[in-house]
Amino acid sequence: MFNFATFLDLPLIWYALIGVALFLYVLLDGFDLGVGILFPFAPSDQCRDRMMNSIAPFWDGNETWLVLGGGGLFAAFPLAYAILMPAFYIPVILMLLGLIFRGVAFEFRFKAVRSRRVWDYAFHFGSIVATFMQGMLLGAFVQGVKVDGRSFAGGPFDWLNAYSVMVGMALVFGYALLGATWLVMKTDGITQEWARRCAAYVLSYVGLFLAIVSISMPMMNPGVRALWFSLPNLYLLLPIPLCSVALLILIWRDLHKGKEYRPFFLSFGVFVTGYLGLGISLWPWLVPFQVTFRQAAAAGPSQSLLLVGTLVMLPVVLTYTGYCYYLFRGKTSHEAAY
Amino acid sequence: MIFDKLDPVLLGRIQFAFTVSFHILFPAFTIGLASWLAVLEWRWLKTGKEVYADVYRMWVKVFAVTFGMGVVSGVVMSFQFGTNWSVFSDRAGNVLGPLLGYEVLTAFFLEASFLGVMLFGWNRVSPRMHFASTFIVAGGTLISAFWILSANSWMQTPAGFEAGADGLLYPTNWLEIIFNPSFPYRFVHMVVAAYLTTAFVVAGVGGFYLLRGRQVPQARIMLGMAMIMAIFVAPVQLLFGDLHGLNTLKHQPAKVAAMEGLWETQRGAPLKLFGLPDQAGETTLHAIEIPKLSSLILTHELNGEVRGLKEWPREERPPVAWVFWTFRLMVGIGMLMILTGVLGLFLHLRKRLFETRWFHAWCVAMTPAGFLAVLAGWFVTEVGRQPYIIYGVMTTAESVSPVPGTPVAISLVTFVLVYGLMFGAGFYYILKLIRKGPEVEEEAYGSHGVKKPPILAEWAEEEGN
Ligand code: HDD
Ligand code: HEM
Ligand code: HEM
Repeated sequence: MFNFATFLDLPLIWYALIGVALFLYVLLDGFDLGVGILFPFAPSDQCRDRMMNSIAPFWDGNETWLVLGGGGLFAAFPLAYAILMPAFYIPVILMLLGLIFRGVAFEFRFKAVRSRRVWDYAFHFGSIVATFMQGMLLGAFVQGVKVDGRSFAGGPFDWLNAYSVMVGMALVFGYALLGATWLVMKTDGITQEWARRCAAYVLSYVGLFLAIVSISMPMMNPGVRALWFSLPNLYLLLPIPLCSVALLILIWRDLHKGKEYRPFFLSFGVFVTGYLGLGISLWPWLVPFQVTFRQAAAAGPSQSLLLVGTLVMLPVVLTYTGYCYYLFRGKTSHEAAY
Repeated sequence: MIFDKLDPVLLGRIQFAFTVSFHILFPAFTIGLASWLAVLEWRWLKTGKEVYADVYRMWVKVFAVTFGMGVVSGVVMSFQFGTNWSVFSDRAGNVLGPLLGYEVLTAFFLEASFLGVMLFGWNRVSPRMHFASTFIVAGGTLISAFWILSANSWMQTPAGFEAGADGLLYPTNWLEIIFNPSFPYRFVHMVVAAYLTTAFVVAGVGGFYLLRGRQVPQARIMLGMAMIMAIFVAPVQLLFGDLHGLNTLKHQPAKVAAMEGLWETQRGAPLKLFGLPDQAGETTLHAIEIPKLSSLILTHELNGEVRGLKEWPREERPPVAWVFWTFRLMVGIGMLMILTGVLGLFLHLRKRLFETRWFHAWCVAMTPAGFLAVLAGWFVTEVGRQPYIIYGVMTTAESVSPVPGTPVAISLVTFVLVYGLMFGAGFYYILKLIRKGPEVEEEAYGSHGVKKPPILAEWAEEEGN
């Protein structure tokens, strides 16, 4: 049986791959959840049709990155999966329920006549709940979980506290920014006008929350504090928060200058810097402050087998995903397509 | 809290059984429907006959609704291993994780991306590319079934692994794991089951239109193609089911004893058509039997020996009544499907297939048959392997997550409510689509009064229609 563990640092590779998969999920599903968050605020039903159409061909593929992140965690780090899922039982289930409502709304809304409003709200609240829970998960995750032996040892509500609620709200604004800038890119006329105003409004909140999270993380954790504020590190790491600030300013200017494409990609950038900062703070934990990615790693042959599949399939997946985005490029109309 | 006295293992099992039973209803239909849509589009490309396009356009909408529900309920499944069976996930992760990972990489992305092209790409890609997308989606559903059934079969007939000193399971041979002893049988049986499920839905809808005398040309296509499946494939399912059962006899004899309701090991065992299994009394009451048939089916000898449930200690026996009854339900429906095929063939030979009203009504009545048989079959398989989650290796009771009863009970109730609502709405919209039927005239297309996508019109012209 093949096992690459003898010459490759498999746990490290997988730590990085899972990180990338989850990050792609955040970016991609982030913008369509963001569209859902903004949905009822749009000026007209025609705008809403158009918003829905702009993401309808993509949402399923985007959500699949979540399945890959979850499934990949199960495959590459079963111990972490087995500890984190029971620890976050309630928010995970709530997130899934939110995703259910948001997912079925795509199909049902276009078939419905009288009950269309109902599915509009299912779409909106489903998106908000899913996003908020993802943020809470993140907030709870960075605070660590109780572990005894190989399983979760805390209570069912350990994840719930002011900090996780705050991160939940932060993510709602973050996704809303992605959604609004996506709409600026994919629509025109009044929808675009409105999306641009939304983006500018949400942007200030994103900046605020980014600042709060960046300051509170080191304050809460002595380990993280030592990492960021010890001397050579500080200079090496300083570019990350500086980049975030620069990106926020750039988005602001772009929105006011009427740029259509750049704000979306710059918002991606904001997420990249935030994610990098987080990743550095949490290194090398997979279950923060309890289990490192090395301790949680699956057996060498298991990680090897999946690595072969990933190396072959990931470029293929990225290619046809790219093809789909290319195929549905340009401005979206409000008309039903099939 | 109030529910903490409830057994978390039992709650977890009920929750898993509920969510997965709900989920499987959609794949059972979409696997078949995707393949059928690919055939329809191919016929259309080949012959240029517009009826095929009409039928395709109607069913692709039904497909979209069903697929959407399949996806959202499937995402729930992929997290349930961790939320509800975390100890199992930890111990078996080395073996099962990569199989599920491959499913995502090779199937889910494929389906999800090309579904977009299939539904929304009409006027953006060439007809050929559109057909390719339908074909790829159909292929994706089969690849997905391949991996998930491999994982499930490995839990039924584990192979190619060893238990480490730390209690974790380690893979030793991937080919033995993926192609474990029951996998080929289960894969074929399930895919055929999905095809039959779809065929009977399509036949039911075709029959409904014929009864109402509307959309007759399209309805004929539906009923005709569905009958081809019923005539040729339903009997084949009996054959595969029999082979599957023989394989089970080799690897999980206790399950087969439960299916047969057989307690004593005996030679020349009779086949019990009906009866009331009594788990505590270790007997099957009021059985109606056909002498020696069970031995004949299972050992291919009139006096072959079949092992009874008493060979296993009480705590290693599955809940017999469940297995016994669901097995009869599945096989009974299988027989009705074969009968339908035979009747269809008979009517076809007398050139009365499209005129015989009682037969159309019969087809309408058979619409849910496939779903019932699929659920029944899964209950046989899953309940029959109890008390094990990985047969002979790990019990279900050992695998449960350290989550107290209350959150599980609440989440279970929530799932029932949410799924009930979603199913009700989905079912309603599908019925609406069916009632509306294929749009034949060149009129408005879709619910927004949009004109037919130009590519369809162009194409119809090119083909000389
Ligand atoms: C990949 C694995 C897998 C797959 C494809 C399925 N199952 Fe399963 N099933 C399990 C893995 C599993 C399990 C994790 O092994 C369970 C959970 C607890 C248990 O006893 O086994 C289980 C239990 C379980 C039970 C409860 C049995 C009992 O507690 O007595 C039922 C009724 C079903 N399943 C039904 C189904 C249906 C309708 C499926 C169709 C999709 C299905 N299963 C697919
Ligand atoms: C416990 C078992 C199962 C799990 C964890 C599971 C997981 C999933 C997930 C996560 C999806 C959504 C993928 C997406 O985002 O597109 C999905 C869909 C699908 N699953 Fe399952 N699944 C299970 C059982 C089955 C079985 C037994 C089959 C078939 C034999 C099956 C066939 C499919 C198919 C064809 C789809 C495509 C979407 C659709 O439902 O129409 N699944 N499954
Ligand atoms: C006609 C006679 C049939 C026979 C003799 C038969 C036999 C079997 C047997 C023995 C099993 C249990 C496998 C195990 O031990 O785990 C099984 C499972 C199953 N059956 Fe059937 N079957 C028949 C018809 C059908 C039909 C018509 C359908 C659906 C349309 C169906 C769907 C299933 C499913 C979904 C399973 C569970 C998955 C699997 O193990 O393959 N069966 N069948």
